[in-house]
Amino acid sequence: MSSATLTRTPDRAKVTAWLQNYGVYLAVVVLLLFNVVFTENFLSAVNFRTQLVQAAPVCVVALGMALVIGTEGIDLSVGSVMSIAAALIPLYLGAGPLTAIIVAVIAGVVSGLFSGYLVAYLGIQPIIATLALLVGGRGLALVIAHGQLVQLHNQDFLELGTGDLLGVPIMVIIAGVLAVLAGLVVQRTTFGRHLVAVGGNRAASTLAGLPVKRVLISVYVISGALAAVAGVLATSRLAASDPSDVGLLMELSAITAVVVGGTPLTGGRVRVLGTVFGALLMQLVQATLIKHNLPDSTAQMVQAAIIVVAVYVARERSSR
Amino acid sequence: MTATTTQPNASGAAFAGVLQRQGAAVVLVLGVAAAWFAFPHFGTADNLRSLVLQGSFLAVIALGMTFVIISGGIDLSVGSNYALGGVLAAYGAQYGLVVAILLPLAVCSLIGLVNGLLIARTGMAPFIVTLASLLFARGLLLALTSEGSTTYKVEPGSAFLWLGQGTIFGIGVPVYLTLVLFALGGLLLRRTRFGQSVFAIGGAEQSALLMGLPVARTKISLYTLSGALAGFAGVLTAAYLQSGVTVIGVGTELDAISVVVIGGTLLTGGAGTIVGTLVGVLLRTLIQNVINQIGTLDSNYQTVVSGAFLLVVVVIQRLLARSRTR
Repeated sequence: MSSATLTRTPDRAKVTAWLQNYGVYLAVVVLLLFNVVFTENFLSAVNFRTQLVQAAPVCVVALGMALVIGTEGIDLSVGSVMSIAAALIPLYLGAGPLTAIIVAVIAGVVSGLFSGYLVAYLGIQPIIATLALLVGGRGLALVIAHGQLVQLHNQDFLELGTGDLLGVPIMVIIAGVLAVLAGLVVQRTTFGRHLVAVGGNRAASTLAGLPVKRVLISVYVISGALAAVAGVLATSRLAASDPSDVGLLMELSAITAVVVGGTPLTGGRVRVLGTVFGALLMQLVQATLIKHNLPDSTAQMVQAAIIVVAVYVARERSSR
Repeated sequence: MTATTTQPNASGAAFAGVLQRQGAAVVLVLGVAAAWFAFPHFGTADNLRSLVLQGSFLAVIALGMTFVIISGGIDLSVGSNYALGGVLAAYGAQYGLVVAILLPLAVCSLIGLVNGLLIARTGMAPFIVTLASLLFARGLLLALTSEGSTTYKVEPGSAFLWLGQGTIFGIGVPVYLTLVLFALGGLLLRRTRFGQSVFAIGGAEQSALLMGLPVARTKISLYTLSGALAGFAGVLTAAYLQSGVTVIGVGTELDAISVVVIGGTLLTGGAGTIVGTLVGVLLRTLIQNVINQIGTLDSNYQTVVSGAFLLVVVVIQRLLARSRTR
């Protein structure tokens, strides 16, 4: 080690640690300020509502993803689970919106049980177990829906995506409540502590007698259920069930939101508030690019750069 | 087999080992036999020719993926690289055959090189790095084609088209090229120090480092190779389709991973064969062909079957691996 690196390292480590803890909030604030100054009509209640409503499904999915990543796993199937949920909605809407939603969420739970069983009991790598469902799930959704887009007209159901409660969009309230619940689960429950322990050191958790398999299967079930909820929300907002499009590349957005929010891919740590801000950041980045007329292609390349930078920053902590 | 050990006295374990390595080949033979009897059109020379031709594009991508997976990594960017390579080839064809081949190879190798550098030098997870370059390459492709609205067509009569549409003894040129690449790949993997390093890194990276193997350099070469091969598959496809199609390659990374795994390469790294991958490609193509032969089946079932197939193979692989270590 040269003396130059010795004197530089503490500063750099400090900066990195600070960025990991507060980088996402800083990024959201910077992006907000940028938009306030440079984007026309950004400072309006209507626009803020739109941003929050559009961030809601990503946020819901990212919460589940954060729990999975906390156990050192990954769930690539979330987008396909959303499409399965979307495909089921029109089939059961005749029996009432609540029935349709329950069926969709049950489908999400079953998908999660499936992935979770493969990961927890058969010991298959999470990336492959959920990859199979990513491929097969959307196909299944398209088979269920005969590849068709279905317009929805049930007002009660559409209220979910378009309605307000005390002036706040219902979708935003749902995402907020789920975020608070996720925060409580991680911080205040035994399950939350087990989850973090399993992600931190699986072998030690097994030796300590923690219910490792049960924790693993649970996080995938939660992730599947939340993905289904996001699918329901997206369908209601669109006023149409579109299984070929809903949730496309959602796994990428959700993983990015989680990682940008300070949850390391190596597990052992879950940052719920960071994840919520990560989802907001992804939405703001997209909105900024669209409002400044930058094409989709640029948006994709920017998202790629954000993923790399975020993971690079997150990496420093684990390697230290 | 390199890096896999069998206990000679446990016959059950040995049987599991044989099944793990040769299972796909057995299923392939049975599947071909069944399809031959079940579908009158299946056994025709036309159908068999198109079957191997269709398989050749995926095979080229899967070859690079085999190397990457044996080293314990994964390359999710191949689908985007494949599409990007095709568009660049079709664009380059107007400047002649050499440009049509070299331009996509250069760009896709560069993307692979960046993947490799990020993975080897910063220690970031391969799947996250290549996920980012999946997005990046697709974005670049969209930018090149004005959001996908421009299609680059190759002029009829261009020498470049022979690469995809030409035939020798009635069999498509891509099939020969694929076989040559697989032969070279096999030699590289089995007969060179580079190949030994790939197995060593996949088996135990720390030990490979301690042994003084060039771990970082090998990894960088691997991802560059994977990028180049995906780009070359794009070249062949562009020559075959006579244009650069922007929408291809979505989900191709999954197909490639599936066939590699089906071929007996372990996702945990350290063990695998090139021939197995070839068998995996044929099996995948066979299944697709059979689904097409049935005809009445909803085409969306193809992806369901792909997913289910990948899963079944991985589960079986896992169970066999367990019974062998017991």
